[in-house]
Amino acid sequence: MLDRLGEDGKVLAGGQSLIPLMKLRFAAPAALVDINRVPGLDQITEEGGGLRIGALVRHKACERSQVLRGRFGVLHDVAPLISDPIVRNLGTVAGSLAHADPQGDWASALLAAGAEVVARSAAGERTIPLDELLKGPFTTVLEPNEIVTEVRVPDPGSRAGGTYRKLERKVGDFATVGVAVHVSLADGSVARAGIALTAVGPINFRATAAEQALLDGGFGDEAIGAAARLAADAAEPRSDLRGSADYKRGVVRIFTERALHQVARSVRGEG
Amino acid sequence: MAETEAHVQSIEVVVNGERRAAEVEPRMLLVHFLRGELGLTGTHIGCDTTSCGACTVLLDGVPIKSCTMFAVQASGRGVTTVEGLRRDGALHPIQQGFKEEHGLQCGFCTPGMMLVSAALLEENPNPSEEEIRWALSGNICRCTGYQNIVKAVHWAARTMQSEQASEGVESELAAEGAA
Ligand SMILES: Cc1cc2nc3c(=O)[nH]c(=O)nc-3n(C[C@H](O)[C@H](O)[C@H](O)COP(=O)(O)OP(=O)(O)OC[C@H]3O[C@@H](n4cnc5c(N)ncnc54)[C@H](O)[C@@H]3O)c2cc1C
Ligand code: FES
Ligand code: FES
Repeated sequence: MLDRLGEDGKVLAGGQSLIPLMKLRFAAPAALVDINRVPGLDQITEEGGGLRIGALVRHKACERSQVLRGRFGVLHDVAPLISDPIVRNLGTVAGSLAHADPQGDWASALLAAGAEVVARSAAGERTIPLDELLKGPFTTVLEPNEIVTEVRVPDPGSRAGGTYRKLERKVGDFATVGVAVHVSLADGSVARAGIALTAVGPINFRATAAEQALLDGGFGDEAIGAAARLAADAAEPRSDLRGSADYKRGVVRIFTERALHQVARSVRGEG
Repeated sequence: MAETEAHVQSIEVVVNGERRAAEVEPRMLLVHFLRGELGLTGTHIGCDTTSCGACTVLLDGVPIKSCTMFAVQASGRGVTTVEGLRRDGALHPIQQGFKEEHGLQCGFCTPGMMLVSAALLEENPNPSEEEIRWALSGNICRCTGYQNIVKAVHWAARTMQSEQASEGVESELAAEGAA
């Protein structure tokens, strides 16, 4: 069906971004392919220590999921910060990724967690790491005939944790700044570090130098301080109504530091 | 591409318990279907930008913004609007609560507020103030300052719980009587 429609067809998931855009005439697809009645896409499944999040998993389901606590804390903590409770009843995780709004929160949380998406078309299926999916504001590498069927999150190991910090002007608003962190420990050192930023660049992106600081320096106060400074350096915020660029860069540093301290305490079992 | 030309689609939605069949354009929003086609004008349009919650209805019991869903998407499903809150000819406790605690001034936001509150109480019969405020955070009120809205939800929660308790006692008494 999408093959036939080409650029004129669009997938309709939660509709919480697409319908507002259509009303503003920013999007005017000739036809929508509503995937809401496709069975089997609304599950969060644990598999081999990792997760599979189906294309119709709503923000609300993530907020309520027990599976997302603890090791996948970054996904659990981001969910209730997306928009408002009514939008969360319909909006989907996969739809957020396909929408690729640089102010969207899911892409950062899932970048930090090292996720990839499974995209399917009549021609076949491919797996796209999230780092490669996002091309620019509201732009992805997805072809018009491809549907994201699920998001896959790799096994972070047994000693892992994460969280998401978001500055918003009011409940339900898009992020002024968002910071996602997700860290795995193994044999006393940092085995994996994910730090990703929201609303401070043309796309959501990983602060790789900050991640490296943790991989090299461990999970102590000093390395955390260094990672926070490097994350702030990586940010490219713009001054706008929500705050000046300097202010936003400062928020990135402080949020990264606080989030990492919180995760360090929780993976060390200090609550 | 015949299927992309303007055409109408048959839908069947159970609105407030009643089966309503109609022919609509696929582009018609659910809120326009409810207000324009069915005359259920209790569902308000505040912002039309998915921000205010005035257009909230329950889709199979779950609050959604009817300005951000197409009518065809509701086909085969159940929709509750504010007109459907009344039970057996009497006001729903949430409606009574808004009346008792002065939970409204102009009333524009009230249908959305009441539907979200009714759904909350289904799930959580005894919510804290924090839980009520969190649940209502997608609904904007320009008049009340929210204090009395929170009180109204508490009023309804207490009333529904004592109703249930007394129903429980009555059925126990009936069971004892039968024994
Ligand atoms: C008032 C308001 C506030 C919001 N605040 C936030 C916020 O704070 N943070 C945040 O992250 N988001 C926010 N959002 C956006 C919300 O999270 C949306 O739910 C999300 O961006 C899109 O998900 P959806 O399922 O509704 O997608 P849709 O609107 O259905 O689709 C969005 C786009 O993705 C495409 N698409 C959807 N699913 C697929 C798929 N499986 N495969 C391929 N393409 C697909 C569609 O074709 C379309 O182009 C807000 C939205 C509103 C209305
Ligand atoms: S009219 Fe639908 S959210 Fe405001
Ligand atoms: S009572 Fe007027 S908007 Fe709420």
